[in-house]
Amino acid sequence: MRIDEHPILKFERGKQIQFVCDGKPIEAFEGETIAAALHAAGIKTLSHSVKEGRPRGFFCAIGKCSSCMMQVNGVPNVKTCMVLAEQDMEVTSQTGWGKLGQVDARQDYNRKKIPVIETEIAIVGAGPAGLSAALYASRFGAKCMVFEENTQVGGQLIKQTHMFFGSKDHHAKVRGIDIGQKLIDGLNENVQVLTGTPVVGYYPDKELAVIKDRRLTIIKAEKVIVATGASENMLSFPNNDLPGVYGAGAVQTLMNVSGILPGKNMLMIGAGNIGVIVAYQLLQAGVKVEAVLEALPTIGAYQVHASKLRRCGIPILTRHTIKRAFGDGKVEGATIVELDDNWQEIPGTERDVQVDTICLSVGLKPTTEIFEMAGCTMAVIPELGGEIPVRGHNMMTSVDGVYVAGDASSIEEASSAMLEGRMAGLDAVEKLKGVSEEISKEKQHVKDSLDELRAGPFGEKIRQGEAKLEEACK
Amino acid sequence: MSDYLKNGYLTLEDISPPDMERLEKGPVAVIECVQEIPCNPCSDSCHRGAITMKTSINDRPDIDYKLCNGCGICVANCPGLAIFLIDQSYSETEALVGLPYEFLPLPEAGEKVMLLSRQGEVCGEGVVQKVRNTRAMDRTPIVFISMRKDLAMTVRFFRR
Repeated sequence: MRIDEHPILKFERGKQIQFVCDGKPIEAFEGETIAAALHAAGIKTLSHSVKEGRPRGFFCAIGKCSSCMMQVNGVPNVKTCMVLAEQDMEVTSQTGWGKLGQVDARQDYNRKKIPVIETEIAIVGAGPAGLSAALYASRFGAKCMVFEENTQVGGQLIKQTHMFFGSKDHHAKVRGIDIGQKLIDGLNENVQVLTGTPVVGYYPDKELAVIKDRRLTIIKAEKVIVATGASENMLSFPNNDLPGVYGAGAVQTLMNVSGILPGKNMLMIGAGNIGVIVAYQLLQAGVKVEAVLEALPTIGAYQVHASKLRRCGIPILTRHTIKRAFGDGKVEGATIVELDDNWQEIPGTERDVQVDTICLSVGLKPTTEIFEMAGCTMAVIPELGGEIPVRGHNMMTSVDGVYVAGDASSIEEASSAMLEGRMAGLDAVEKLKGVSEEISKEKQHVKDSLDELRAGPFGEKIRQGEAKLEEACK
Repeated sequence: MSDYLKNGYLTLEDISPPDMERLEKGPVAVIECVQEIPCNPCSDSCHRGAITMKTSINDRPDIDYKLCNGCGICVANCPGLAIFLIDQSYSETEALVGLPYEFLPLPEAGEKVMLLSRQGEVCGEGVVQKVRNTRAMDRTPIVFISMRKDLAMTVRFFRR
């Protein structure tokens, strides 16, 4: 299941190690997550559901969905998609909630003993938005701490093997993976990036609760920039919880980060840019793509992306959807069906496809818990992905000094996420260090650049959403 | 306009290829990018100024076939892999078509391949003449395939 040769990527694997899962030895490589190593060993079922005891595999592979939780070295509810495999680790599949061990609550939660760290700008999330915020805020002298719950920096950029669109200013024609590296390389000594360090709470006056080295730590910041990204939407159909139904991002994580094939043959649901791009990446990795289904009458992806796939002979079926998945304990196939003008299934058009993996690419939802904890005014704007914090052009929310950037602000391309992060970073540093001509010029440039990206017909939805957001600000 | 929004592929009526006179003069780039998407590396990369965008990066690329000499720099720079090289002057009977190809293994010169159309249908057989794959092309090699002259505007991919 491991990919040895890839047209774009080189997989440099760490030392070979071995751990135990449910009594069976599992071969893994250092630097690989537990879930990835298990997948490579052919183990897709990680737990069983609470009520019905149904088998569960992972869905998102970036720590957002909780369906990969297992017991690791006696600790229950460990998200195995985010924790690296270690030599002699003991992993047990979990049924239901998992049993907590004994914890001396008084000792662990004595507030006086909780370490406190101060910084000027705390940034939540080291994806394109968070890193860009750090890059520009630090350039103008602000001390930044970036908290990333994953073990790697770069967010979703680290799995984007395709070249980006836009102009030079948006890193056009550079592959996503290399853009991530450019951002990381550009950080100066004012920035400290902490990986494997999730932010779990927000307290008044810009205090963040983070889990650092397995301990609760309080971060006191003057400005907070929240770039938590988004999680993938689920689609409802019978057996959508079978192991082998993955989000498109999870498929990318497995194949482009861990170098592990998600399956042998795939059905892709959703012909937006992500669905079509990931389907193409699957072909590059050597996976057979049965078809891409799209419930809408037209393909949402850029024509150039769709054409790339079509000339390889992969069908994109518009007005088609998945009726059900089937399989004994794992995906073995799917029934697909054609839809009429009113989105109703056309009887008699059902047919079965034999696939071992179903990939869902049906939209994203902003990750907004921190804004709600911070008391930010929220608004529901479907064009921007659903519930989001209300914010101005400078990316500041309704809570003074708390900013949003990237997919947490609106579901868009990584290019816009980088610009939004840059804007948030610039505004935060301007408020900390004082107005300068240079910063004002930069901010204007970022605004113009964002407007330019959103100016075409594909930016229409975002422009409508932005207009609604402006209304909400009033 | 064809039904590309429904089925994902373009047809000849969607694009404006060079005329026969230009095609017979030698290699030229054919851009198959019909939507207004925010993207301009093709015009940015062209040393001869042959590819321009009218006012913004959301415009469709406009190519001046008189200025284009078919050098192929834009092919590897196009994030949409939507630019192809056509050389109808290759020989008496054959054209040479350059296709961006991001798959492994790369074919070798002399290899016979099945030619595929924009919709992935087999439409003939061709012979790989060379593979251009420099560092500057950043992992988007161009595979040059000789084929019957009449296939040059139909073939956009191949199978080994």
